[in-house]
Order: sequence, then structure tokens, then C-alpha cells
Amino acid sequence: MWVWPSQLRRHDIIGMNRRNIRYIGRYNKRRLYPLVDDKLKTKLLAEAHGITTPPLIGTVSTQFEVKRLHDLIAGHGGFVIKPAKGSGGKGILVIEAVEGDQFLKPSGARLGLEDLHRHVSNILSGLYSLGGTPDVAMIEGLIQFDQTLAKYTYEGVPDVRVIVFRGYPVMAMIRLSTAVSDGKANLHQGAVGVGLDIATGCAVRGVQFDRSRRDHPDTGHELSSLRISDWNSLLELAAGCYEMTGLGYLGTDMVIDRTHGPMLLELNARPGLAIQMANGEGLRGRLELVEKQSDRLSVKERVAFAQRHFARQGELQASTGTALARS
Amino acid sequence: MSRLPFYFIVGLLMVLGIALSVHRHIQMEVPWTPGEQRQIWEVEAIVDFTALGDPVRVDLALPANQRGFRILTENTASPGYGLSFLQDETGRRGQWSIREASGSQQLYYSVRIQVTEDRRKQQLPFPPLAEVSWERPYDTAASQVIERAWTRSADAYTFTRELIRDFDDDRQGENARLLLTQFDRTSLLVRLLNQAGVHAREVSALQLEDGRRRQALSSWIVVFADEENWALFNPRTAEQGQPENLLLWESGGRAVLEVQGGTNSRVTFSMLSRNQPAAAAVRSQLADDTLLNFSIHSLPLEEQALFQTILLIPIGALVVVLLRVMIGVKTSGTFMPVLIALAFIQTSLSTGLIGFLLVVAVGLVIRNYLSYLNLLLVARVSAVIITVIAIISIFSVISYRVGLNAGLTITFFPMIILAWTIERMSILWEEEGPKEVLIQGGGSLITAVLAYLAMNNPWIRHLTFNFLGIQLIIMAFILLLGNYTGYRLLELRRFKPVTED
Repeated sequence: MWVWPSQLRRHDIIGMNRRNIRYIGRYNKRRLYPLVDDKLKTKLLAEAHGITTPPLIGTVSTQFEVKRLHDLIAGHGGFVIKPAKGSGGKGILVIEAVEGDQFLKPSGARLGLEDLHRHVSNILSGLYSLGGTPDVAMIEGLIQFDQTLAKYTYEGVPDVRVIVFRGYPVMAMIRLSTAVSDGKANLHQGAVGVGLDIATGCAVRGVQFDRSRRDHPDTGHELSSLRISDWNSLLELAAGCYEMTGLGYLGTDMVIDRTHGPMLLELNARPGLAIQMANGEGLRGRLELVEKQSDRLSVKERVAFAQRHFARQGELQASTGTALARS
Repeated sequence: MSRLPFYFIVGLLMVLGIALSVHRHIQMEVPWTPGEQRQIWEVEAIVDFTALGDPVRVDLALPANQRGFRILTENTASPGYGLSFLQDETGRRGQWSIREASGSQQLYYSVRIQVTEDRRKQQLPFPPLAEVSWERPYDTAASQVIERAWTRSADAYTFTRELIRDFDDDRQGENARLLLTQFDRTSLLVRLLNQAGVHAREVSALQLEDGRRRQALSSWIVVFADEENWALFNPRTAEQGQPENLLLWESGGRAVLEVQGGTNSRVTFSMLSRNQPAAAAVRSQLADDTLLNFSIHSLPLEEQALFQTILLIPIGALVVVLLRVMIGVKTSGTFMPVLIALAFIQTSLSTGLIGFLLVVAVGLVIRNYLSYLNLLLVARVSAVIITVIAIISIFSVISYRVGLNAGLTITFFPMIILAWTIERMSILWEEEGPKEVLIQGGGSLITAVLAYLAMNNPWIRHLTFNFLGIQLIIMAFILLLGNYTGYRLLELRRFKPVTED
């Protein structure tokens, strides 16, 4: 049931308190938080820095505008409504298809325009935002996620979380939604987290509800065969968010679009610690190594450093093999 | 980034807090535990005299704080008289005055005195040597008595002892007997001591005995070895040192009672001993308005009661910080449990728990319906507030009708906080499911109960209320906890799977 603190320390695990004081408190300036707490700001900032994000269909910022929702979404086959200041995936409504006046959720449930109005109205009144402050609803185009990942997920879009510390990608995982998690890629709701090797983008280990797992509970597919394509450009996209926001300890959430490649979905200034579970390894060693590095390196150099040092033992052989094959 | 200033501040707060508390314990005699009993003496002095129809002035010596005794409060009853308290190097005095009085007069002075553990000797004014002259044949008798005692003694104290012994009833010599025919024993001894070059003074003291009435003061001799050191001698037995329960009433070398415009004056004393809880004794202490003695007790009683609660909040906050930082308990709303705990103090724990669960459960059901109405957030929370008030009113009325008076205390719950709790729980239920509601609601309740147990502990209540330094110590602890980077207790379970393979 319990372990000794010394055992966790041996595995380099960091706890909430350490994360808050040593990393978030020290490397994330408070005044930069609004950049990531407001997804609309993040999106505009990303566009200015040439970082790809899902296309923005429109925003609704006053109750009066709620009635114009229909005009905004007209002609779009699928879209996502989300609160700009929501946290933990709260208030995100995914519409996969439109059939007449009916809107289809990935689960197959049908909603009317009234339901969408109510959802947007709830977002505006701050139901999903931190501290209940008034919010803005964003409507984004639906992501056509990479089909190679389809067999590893149930309903929802899998997203890749990379922890970026001082611009270095230090740890990564992919979150696969399940039936239990209601199509949401949220680990504590029951999504499967799969640790990814920083060097190659290959699966390291899977967990669901903090317990280790070898296959996807719904599709039954072996997780070990999972591999993210275009891994390097995804890491570079993530690492570039450091220059974009100035936040030293950052969780970057990305999706992989079939045609546009990796896209930045949102940023998190207080990323959770479950990624350590998915990787079966603690963050501490990696963070302390990065703390000793210069922060004057370019994005590519930082990614290369991370791939060199954070490759998982045993898989290192394979990664050098592919690197040679590529060159 | 150096952490030195941080540890400096924590250390400073710690030292300051402990120093303030210890100072209050020693200086003000505030005990560390609430149950300690303190002995209190109530002494009443009655001044009787016959006024002659002229202006009257009565001058009475009053006791001061001294070794083993501390003055708590004093009262006087003297209809028609003007009264002032005077203080000079010879001690405290009360002065009554009236333009015209005739016939039998009675003045009352009563004082409450606490028996203390303070064993430090107080300073007494150093008396000068009085010029002594004798008439014949007393001069030879006196010098022979002095001579005899002098040869058998080594210093002022032993000389005094020998001198007093010579006046003992069974050892009395001729000389001593001769002197006693002319002089009062105590003043005679002081004269002889002065003649021998020993600084001494006659003082008046009151032997405290429970339930005694119409007592008089007795005479004692203070002998000075030098300006700092003195000892008390019993002029009858030659015993050295101040006995238990001997209260020095007048020690400045002046008369105990001086009456102008009256005759047949005398002062008698009655006394009573009581035991009272130390906390009550603290309360009745005379408030000194110095900064170090800065105390809540100088406020009016009503504000004191308010502060008693306010000063407990840091304890609740400390419990919350401990549970969140060290244990990792999830609560709904950071300090909501402290407010709930404060309500528990008013309602008692079981009533409070039942009331809280009832209100939140019914509130959740009604809030669930409100969510179908599709309202704006502020309006919805306001509606929940009104609902909570309605629930509380209904429960109060029902419990009163059924005869459960305890149910009435449910009104002590902070209603707006309850409404927000219901709102948050409801959203949590919709988004994360009932399990998360149970975790966070349970966490909040456990925190509230623990905070309540800590805040309702009589010892903690006593400490926080009587020692403001404790607040600084709590502050230092909270600052230290804010610097804790180790694992939380629940993380030891959460991260366990990582260590398994």
C-alpha cells in the first residue's frame, strides 16, 4: 500500500510540494500565467510565433452573441467548443458531425442547437473557468488525427504531453481516451497514459488509474507497438513554446493532425505529475541535469541534447540504429 | 537565490514568539495550562475613628506587589470621602479626605491578592541610621546589652538574632528587663540595632489566615546587611526570614494609619482565602498598559470573546496547511473547512456534522434542479444561498417542534460558504462524478473535524488566547511548511506502482 520516501527518491520521483516550490515557483513568473491560462491568448501568441494550432472558427464573448453561434458554425462538418480559461479539459464539447439540426458527439449522442447555446452561455458565465470568472467561448475546427493512432484510442483525440523545462523537452507521454474516461484524454478520469521515449517517440510503458497496463482497455491493442511519427518536429514544436511564453516549467499539449502534423493544443503552467507514472521514472534527475545546462542554445540543439541524454536504456540501441539509418 | 533571509525571518519569529510567551508566563504569572489553580486572598481593611466635626484626612498604608504576592484588584467603600492613591519611595498610600465629618466613621479598603511563585526579593528603601540618645540609667543598660550581643555575633544578622534572644522571656537579663519597662519591644530593638551601627527598620505585616476577622498588623524588623540585602526578623522569636502567608503591609518606615481631625482611630483586617482557576486570575489582573504586556485582556469583555475565536483561526489554518502539504488531503475550497470548524464550535460536533450533511445533501438535490433552468452563474449561486437559508430555517423549526433544541444552532453555519460549497460540489459531480465529490467532500469534512478538535482543545484555547507570542510561532511553522519540498503522505501510495517494476 505504501512505500518509503527513500524508495521514491531513488526513483527520482518529485512530489507536488517539490514541483510547486522548486520548479513552478522558481521558473514560472506569475505575470506570464495569463498567456497560458487563456487559450485564446495562447493561440494568438502561437500564431505570431509561427507555431501551428488548430484553426480558429470564431469566438463568442457576450451572451448577446450566443444567438450568432449558428452563423459561425455553418458549413463546418465538425468543430470543438471550449472555454478559453478552462482547466483540466472542463467544458470542452466536441461535435464530430452535423446532421441537419442535430449535432453528433463522438459518443453518438445527439444535441440540438439549444444545447449548444446553453453550453456556450455556461462558458461565458464562467462555469468552467478558474475562480468562476467570466470567460470567452472558442470554436475551433475539428482535428483529423493521425490514423495510425486510431487503434490506440476510443472516441477521443489522443494528445501528446511534453514537459518542457527551460526549453528542453524532458519527458513525454501520450494520453489515450477510453470508454471509462468518456472520450476525454484526462488521466484521472480513466484515460490511459503511455510514456514516450524522448529519443524516438516509442511507447515505454502504459498506465491507467495509476496502475500499469500493456494494452488499450477498449481496442485491446498492444501499447508497446505505439510510435509517434514525425517525433522530432513535435519535440521542436514543444521546445519552441519556451521562447514563446518565457515559462521555464511548462506542460505542452499537442495533437497530431493527419495533414498538418503536430499542432499545439494548449499549454499548462502547472503540469501534473502523472507523467512520471506513465514513464515509470521520476523527473528529478532529468530536471537537475537540465538545470546545469546553458539556456542560450537553439531549439534544435536543445532537442538534440534531450534526445541524447534522456533516451531510455535498452531502447538506446534501437534509437541510434534508426538515426544511422536515417542519415 | 539565497534562502538565508527566509530562515532569518523564521528564526526571528520563533525567538520573538517564544520570548513573548515566556515573558508573559514569568512576568504576568500566566500559567501554561488552563486547569491550574491559583490561591487568592481577599483582604479587607476597616478604618474606624471618631470624627470631631472638622476637615478629616485619613492616610492608610497600602500593600504593594511583593515576594510571593501579587495585587490583582482593589476596591474602597467610603461614602462622601474623596480618595486618592499616592505612591512615593516609602510605598503606596491611600488618602481619604472630607471637608466635614463628625461621629463614628468607617472606611473600607479591600484588596484581592494572588499567591505567586515569584521568589525574587523586592527592594526596600534603605533606612539611615537614627541618632540614638538614652536617659540614665538606660544608657548603661543599652550599651551592656549591645556589648553582650556584639561579642557573640559575627555580622548584622547574627547580631540581631543574639540581641532579640537577650529579650527572650526566659533569658531576659536585668538590663533587658529594665529597658522593656520603658520601651516597646520592637522599637527598642530597632533603637539598639541603630546604636550598634546596624541599619534596621520596623515594618508592619499581616499574617494571612483563612476566615480570620478583626486582625491587627504585627511588627517585624527588617535588618539590612547592605543597601541591597535585607532580612526579616521576628522580634519575638528571633526567627529569620519571611514566613509563608506573611504579607508586608507597610515597609517604608511610616505609620500604617494617620488620621487628622479624628480620634480613637484604628485599623482592623479580615481575610478570606479562595482558589480560582488560573485563567480567571489572569483576567482579573490589573492591566498594565505597556507594550510588552500588550494583552487582549485589556479589551472590553465582549471584544475579548470575539478575539478568543479570531485567535483560534491560525490554528485552523495550520491544520489545513498540515493536511494539504504534509498529507495531501483534497478539500473543496482551501479554507472552507476552517469556517465549518468554527461553526462546529458553536453547534457541537455531532449536531454540526449532521446539520452540515443535511444542508449540503438537500442543497445538492435542489442545485441539481437549478442546473436544468440554465441560469447565469451569479444568479444561480444566489438562488442556492436563498435555498440554503430556507433549508436551515426549515430544519430549525422542525427540530424545535420535535423538541431538539440543538437543531437551532444550525444557524451558526456560514450560509454563503455553504452555498458555494454546494455549487462547487455540484459542478464536481457533473464533471468528475460522485467519487470525486466523496473524496473532496470527505477531505473537507475530515479537515474540518480535525481543525475543530484542535481549536476546541481547552489547552490550545488557553494558549492562543493568553499568549499572543503563540501566533508568531504558528506563523513561523506555517512559513516552514511553505518551504517543504518533500513528499506528501498520500503520494507515498500514489507513486508506489513506479517503484514496483
